[in-house]
Amino acid sequence: MNGKSKKAVLRKTNINGKNRVVVAVDHVSFTVMQGEIFGVLGPNGSGKSTLIRLLATLLLPDDGDIRVFGYDVVRQPMLVQRLINRVSVEASFFKKLSPMENLVYGARLYGMSGAEIRRQVVEILTRLGLEERSIYKPMEEMSRGMQQKVAIARALLSSPRLLLLDEPTTGLDPRSKLEVQDVIRELRDDHGTTILLTTHDMVEAENLCDRVAIIDSGKIVALDTPHALKNNLNGGGSEITLEDVFLELTGKNLVAESHGK
Amino acid sequence: MATLTHELKATYAFMERNANLVKRYWSWELVWLVYSIANSLSVSYIGLGMVMIAGAQKADGQYLVLYLVVGTLVWRYLSIIFYWITDVIGMERWEGTIEYTLMAPIWRVTHMAGQTIFAVLYSLVFTGIILAVTVFLFKIDLSSANMWGALLMLLAGSFSFIGFSIMGSILPLLFPERGSQMTHVIIALLLLVSGVYYPVEVLPALLQTLSKFSPATYVLDGTRLALLKGSATRELWPFIWPTLIMGLIAIPAGLWIFNQAERYAKRTGKLHRNG
Repeated sequence: MNGKSKKAVLRKTNINGKNRVVVAVDHVSFTVMQGEIFGVLGPNGSGKSTLIRLLATLLLPDDGDIRVFGYDVVRQPMLVQRLINRVSVEASFFKKLSPMENLVYGARLYGMSGAEIRRQVVEILTRLGLEERSIYKPMEEMSRGMQQKVAIARALLSSPRLLLLDEPTTGLDPRSKLEVQDVIRELRDDHGTTILLTTHDMVEAENLCDRVAIIDSGKIVALDTPHALKNNLNGGGSEITLEDVFLELTGKNLVAESHGK
Repeated sequence: MATLTHELKATYAFMERNANLVKRYWSWELVWLVYSIANSLSVSYIGLGMVMIAGAQKADGQYLVLYLVVGTLVWRYLSIIFYWITDVIGMERWEGTIEYTLMAPIWRVTHMAGQTIFAVLYSLVFTGIILAVTVFLFKIDLSSANMWGALLMLLAGSFSFIGFSIMGSILPLLFPERGSQMTHVIIALLLLVSGVYYPVEVLPALLQTLSKFSPATYVLDGTRLALLKGSATRELWPFIWPTLIMGLIAIPAGLWIFNQAERYAKRTGKLHRNG
């Protein structure tokens, strides 16, 4: 999968009653290897979710070239859609419907048949730690963490070759977070799924990702393995964490911005 | 063949999802049904009221009641289809699922087909219940009515309304905050010019001209002929063919407009903003 973008997405926003054009993703260029877990780190509003939406065919770039397994996301969206699925930070479901009803609906759109879906839903959700009886209750009665697990199950059901995970563990308790991280590793190791993961959790990124891109103001400011990123930062003798790297590469801008106000 | 099977499964997915939503929101459906029955009855009682107001010599109460009953039923049938289809985006914006549905590998025509088939079936059942209650309360004699002809007229009219509804469904796509409410203006204008509760001849010349472009005008006239006069199905043809032609134009046009609107929404990032 690779994405090259020149002024990839222009956003019109209304600030103080004036229309402004905001460049959400700018000259971003990277390639993800098949079977890789590729992390995208960045502060809030840095363009991570926009990048995910571009890959998911939910946004059209103004310029540039984005390919998923060789298919152009603009010209061949359906071919791309067959190969991908996505988990966003907010678990979006029909709240009155049960996990089973929501997942049957979602999986049918990917060509699966009812009996097969129902069998897999029970298998995946119990694997993710949900009690079987909660599979048939309305989603609105579930905690946010449980809803997020259902969102992950929805993405897994279609057996995507590329899984786009937009802060999938935000809001999960530590145990659930580890369970989800296990599933992500299992997907890559057992099924060869390529995973693009955005997260604010530096430990998660360090533990899961083969390579990490740090994005700030829509631009990639660093791209390497977590180990190499840490090595590149001179720690003055103290042990460097990925968080140190992140703050070093994005923190200065934040300080500059706050001074500029 | 595999693609067709996939699309058929997806069509069924939308129908099944909507049926599940109706089941889960059963209390709302009950309220909506009671409201619709009360609404139809209150309009139909105007027929009997006119006898008292104008005098028995000037108004045939039973005929007026049936005239208004047909108007309320046809309008309920068509407007339910309209709202289900125009809500194809609005309901998912409200639930927050819109991005997941629009990134699924299906044709947009499949998406619309699933929503439309469900809308027609739902509307037939819903309107059927109102008809049964109305016939019972007003002791309407439908023994000489051409019921099959009326049903055929309704189904033919559905096609054109589907096209108009698909066009209307772009409003929630383009205007996340108030798009759903904007669809009311379409239905209000159609109600005004289509002769739902009065013959279009009472309208000013301009509105009479507009009434010719409303499929509801033909559906109402044809259904009234079938139910009030018991006209044979072949006599309904002058009302059926205009609605079919309108459907033949409006459905592809609606799909094309929807695709353009979807591209615009994707270009400007309007999909992920919940209204």
